[in-house]
Amino acid sequence: MTTARIERHYFDVVVIGAGGAGLRAAIEARLAGKRTAIISKSLFGKAHTVMAEGGAAAAMGNVNSRDNWMVHFRDTMRGGKFLNNFRMAELHAKEAPERIWELETYGALFDRTKDGKISQRNFGGHEYPRLAHVGDRTGLELIRTLQQKIVSLQQEDFAETGNYDARIRVFDETTITELLLDGNRVAGAFGYYRESGEFILLEAPAVILATGGVGRSYKVTSNSWEYTGDGHALALRAGATLINMEFLQFHPTGMVWPPSVKGILVTESVRGDGGVLRNSDGKRFMFDYVPDVFRKQYADTEEEADRWYTDPDNNRRPPELLPRDEVARAINSEVKAGRGTKAGGVLLDVSTRMPAETITKRLPSMYHQFKELADVDITKEPMEVGPTCHYVMGGVEVEPDTTAAMGTVEGLFAAGEVSGGMHGSNRLGGNSLSDLLVFGKRAGEHAATYTDSLAKRPKVDTSDVELAVRTALAPLERQSGENPYGLQQDLQAVMGDLVGIIRRAGELTDALKRIQELKLRVAQVGATGGRRYNPGWHLALDLRNMLIVSECTAKAALEREESRGGHTREDFPQMSPEWRKVNLVCALGTDGDVHLERKPLPRMRDELFELFDRSELAKYVTAEELGQDEANAQSKTEAK
Amino acid sequence: MGTKRHFRVWRGDEAGGDIQDYDVEVNEGEVVLDIIHRLQATQTPDLACRWNCKAGKCGSCSMEINGKPRLGCMTRMSTFEEDETVTITPLRTFPVIRDLVTDVSFNYEKARETPAFAPPAGVAPGEYRMQQIDVERSQEFRKCIECFLCQNTCHVVRDHDENKAAFSGPRYFIRAAELDMHPLDAREDRKEYAQAHQGMGYCNITKCCTEVCPEHIKITDNAIIPMKERVVDRRYDPLVWLGRKIFRRDQIDGQSMAPSVSVGVTGAGDATPFSSARLAENPPVREDGKMDVSEVALPIQGGPSPFGDVSFPMPTDRVTYHQPEPGKDPDGHH
Repeated sequence: MTTARIERHYFDVVVIGAGGAGLRAAIEARLAGKRTAIISKSLFGKAHTVMAEGGAAAAMGNVNSRDNWMVHFRDTMRGGKFLNNFRMAELHAKEAPERIWELETYGALFDRTKDGKISQRNFGGHEYPRLAHVGDRTGLELIRTLQQKIVSLQQEDFAETGNYDARIRVFDETTITELLLDGNRVAGAFGYYRESGEFILLEAPAVILATGGVGRSYKVTSNSWEYTGDGHALALRAGATLINMEFLQFHPTGMVWPPSVKGILVTESVRGDGGVLRNSDGKRFMFDYVPDVFRKQYADTEEEADRWYTDPDNNRRPPELLPRDEVARAINSEVKAGRGTKAGGVLLDVSTRMPAETITKRLPSMYHQFKELADVDITKEPMEVGPTCHYVMGGVEVEPDTTAAMGTVEGLFAAGEVSGGMHGSNRLGGNSLSDLLVFGKRAGEHAATYTDSLAKRPKVDTSDVELAVRTALAPLERQSGENPYGLQQDLQAVMGDLVGIIRRAGELTDALKRIQELKLRVAQVGATGGRRYNPGWHLALDLRNMLIVSECTAKAALEREESRGGHTREDFPQMSPEWRKVNLVCALGTDGDVHLERKPLPRMRDELFELFDRSELAKYVTAEELGQDEANAQSKTEAK
Repeated sequence: MGTKRHFRVWRGDEAGGDIQDYDVEVNEGEVVLDIIHRLQATQTPDLACRWNCKAGKCGSCSMEINGKPRLGCMTRMSTFEEDETVTITPLRTFPVIRDLVTDVSFNYEKARETPAFAPPAGVAPGEYRMQQIDVERSQEFRKCIECFLCQNTCHVVRDHDENKAAFSGPRYFIRAAELDMHPLDAREDRKEYAQAHQGMGYCNITKCCTEVCPEHIKITDNAIIPMKERVVDRRYDPLVWLGRKIFRRDQIDGQSMAPSVSVGVTGAGDATPFSSARLAENPPVREDGKMDVSEVALPIQGGPSPFGDVSFPMPTDRVTYHQPEPGKDPDGHH
């Protein structure tokens, strides 16, 4: 069983991850003439990108001609509460339209406007209709288009060389467990075929991480099993740094029951149309959670709240319509106080609020979603909901223009959800699909350039490979070790309960302690069975990545003593302009623990600063920064 | 809340395997994939099964549930009787790797052999103009989540490995149709290509693919039949046909990919005229307009023999064809 036969391959660029960012990067590297490998943890074309429904944000101005990159840039910065890397947000806003148009030359078919252009839809946080879309399956269109473009490039290569894989090869159902270095330089990647369990070594001077997010560390998540933070962990172990790991996007109403739909989003319009939240005692609890600052706008009796739906001018809004984080906080508190359902959620009810035909007319997609996926008839029974983990804003700290990872490593690039900085503390809907195209392309381009700049190819050290083999086989040699599924559940419980949407210092400290305990247990994890397509073994290997990433999140969440975007501290409920100047940077110490460092945010260039109203900026930045800006503006005027 | 239910799951690999019995807890609202996950978490951590999104969007968890090709995440437990045994087996058309995981590389090979989108010359990115009504036809086929259930159920390749070289299958017929209907695709020989190199002629429109499609794409009606019909139109108009042959030959012959060859087909596709665009065919009927009894009145669904539950050899006076006798009959030598 322990045959350490290793298949060796030589490439110029290895792309780990076959979602939107990875495929776009691979296309670019291949167009630059590099021999490129794509590593896909699943089958080719099954990436999590398919889950994106809304669309891809790009200021093409097809629906409203006043839209342009500056408006998009402003929206993105606002959405991220000004913690974004301004340069990434700028590049993203400027280049997104080109990246979308390019997809049409690959064969994408977006929905159209009347004059035949790409149609764009409205979305939360975007000032103008901006999201290019295909019904509610935009992510699928994106992944299929990129997949088919890769096939078309392979066909070109076949015509020329007689070999489809001559310049671009897809390794599907393959997991990378280690990056191998030559000094500080990337020299290759080591992993295994999921199918056979055989090992594979890809020697390459440049590696692009495009592995997506970390949601599987949470109990309730909309993410698939692949989202185990592999890229985050590989980067850390290779000497790169992560930023903004405390920022996770939770949606307040994800399904928690039945289990088959756990994590799937329930749109806010369910509440907007009259859906109410109740705890297990049947109490409409949101009235107890209206913060003082909102008292004037929100009803304090059920009677008034109910009148609002028909007469919004003379009544105040029902408290179910408070901002997302308030609703999430309330649900969280009810569940923690033992007034939740058995599955750990609360009840969202429309069935007693309006006639069945009104529900099916107003909420057709929700009605069908529950009927088809869960066999729940929302006209007859309430839904069970709770906050669901959706997206991680944090990720590999990169150089904005090249996407090269910061830290000590060279030759490592990152794009898409695995990279950090672009979205700041909160991502706008629609910005992830455009993000992965813009920075996927940049990653491919710059990885290719980097390989040209090298005088000689970095070499893989045999002892590193031997160590990687031993690490990978270890769980199989502990057949009686602890069950990986149980360990994953324990980790999910720690993260979901203690590092969830609402955080407290005591609980975060507790979480860190438990993560250390889990580390010891994961070191003893076992896997029964052999190497052939053994999901227990695969999970055992993924666990250490999930743990290290969870440690980053918990540590950064404890350190950041403010509430901003996807990070809510009950003990520090305000947003602090001082904290806005700070990024929390995670690195891996020689002891295997995560170390945090505070690092100042790069200062926005003046001309970008001036895109904003001073009164708006005053909400986010310190008086000192505002003053500095004023001085700059003044000196400019004088110079003129 | 949960009740114990009986499941039978095929376990094994390419060397062989068998159905194993499990009693698993089932809770309200669960789907078959939930049960597989519970099996992995509690009884058989190494049970192999593909899955990703668990919301019917990625097409990974294709399997056969009580013999029907389905997505595990879209098959609710409530669709079975309380005491019904649920039998889960891997897709039959593709070689087993392990347990419920099969080698679907056939499909990716066929994808490579299907000519890609050809962008229109001289139209810059950002200048593409199409009407919604024109893109909608292709958009239907782009809904495909590549679960390969249609490929698995298609009788031309199901149980007929020997046909795989010549036949691309419904997934790639809708790909060809999608590009054929794409308002700006520059290639004009999508239909001829589908006939000549994808083996579309072997499809005799039984609509099995449409029935199993979880995205409810009308594969047969909206893709395959129009592709067949239009080829017929062109072939019946000698001028158009000739013109296309003359102008398109270079494009057809100068393929940038390896065309699959539509020869050597056996089984259900056997004896189908190679070059024809066969129209939709009804099953053979007797003079009274009804189907032959043996086709519909079997005691067992899909019984072992088209002659019903009889033993062979049949008495010669009851068979309707000439039974060759080796040695005596000049035709009986094979």
